[in-house]
Amino acid sequence: MFDAGNTLVWIVWIVAAFACLGSGIAVVSFTNPFFSALALIGNLGALAVLYLLLSAEFVAAAQVLVYAGAVMVMFLFVIAYLGGRADAPWAGGPSWQQVGAVAAAGAILVEIVVAIGLKAGGRLAHQQHVLSSFGSPHAIGRLFLTDHLLAFEITSIVLLVAAIGGVILGSHSRKLAGEKAL
Amino acid sequence: MTLGILGPEVSWYLAVAAFLFATGALGVLLRRSPLIVLLSLEIMLNGANLALIAFARHQGNGAGQIFALAVMAVAASEVVVGLGLIVAISRRNLDLDVDKLRTLRG
Repeated sequence: MFDAGNTLVWIVWIVAAFACLGSGIAVVSFTNPFFSALALIGNLGALAVLYLLLSAEFVAAAQVLVYAGAVMVMFLFVIAYLGGRADAPWAGGPSWQQVGAVAAAGAILVEIVVAIGLKAGGRLAHQQHVLSSFGSPHAIGRLFLTDHLLAFEITSIVLLVAAIGGVILGSHSRKLAGEKAL
Repeated sequence: MTLGILGPEVSWYLAVAAFLFATGALGVLLRRSPLIVLLSLEIMLNGANLALIAFARHQGNGAGQIFALAVMAVAASEVVVGLGLIVAISRRNLDLDVDKLRTLRG
């Protein structure tokens, strides 16, 4: 099946996928953490495009708002606060550690590909047709408040615990700084 | 109205997800700055999210997208606690190096 819409989606997919992989490699290989964080913002944006192509509109919007917006602003704030100390990926440390890291990452990649290929390889070719409302805020909200209500409530507890933990970590280190000053 | 899928099949998305996960794992294992380890962890979580959403589209079932949103909330919580720890460590004037921070005794 060759038509204009299909070709356009392929072009968008190729651009987004290569932006995604390239910025992912950039995050790992940049020396300056500030540039790594900026590359991660690009990575999250490219991923949001891929989510849109998979008809996950609400997740794509949440990705841009929550991840590329809130979480990355926090990251950039902390990196700016700490002064962004440089850390070259290949400098220092015994070289067997680096060889081991590359080998382990390659092994994980092979493992994922083999596992998915063995379990689902034959069935990935034909896809379900979905309603055009699939992935819309309406559908996601309905699922969250009916089938997945427990997950929704547990998510709120996780966020509450994380907020309390952040406050405790912050106030503890402030007390420590006061003790040092005395 | 039902929608078929345009463009690449789900297996292409899964290949991107696998590469992203491996890239993040390489960063976690290779880098020593805890900030970049956290950033690489985000890449791993996003690779898993992409696989979840690709499978949700493949099965035509919204549960995968719900799971992806839950992963996003967990990632935000993890960043709050992780960055809080990093700031607390740097206030004690310790080196930000995961090889030197392995005893957890301050």
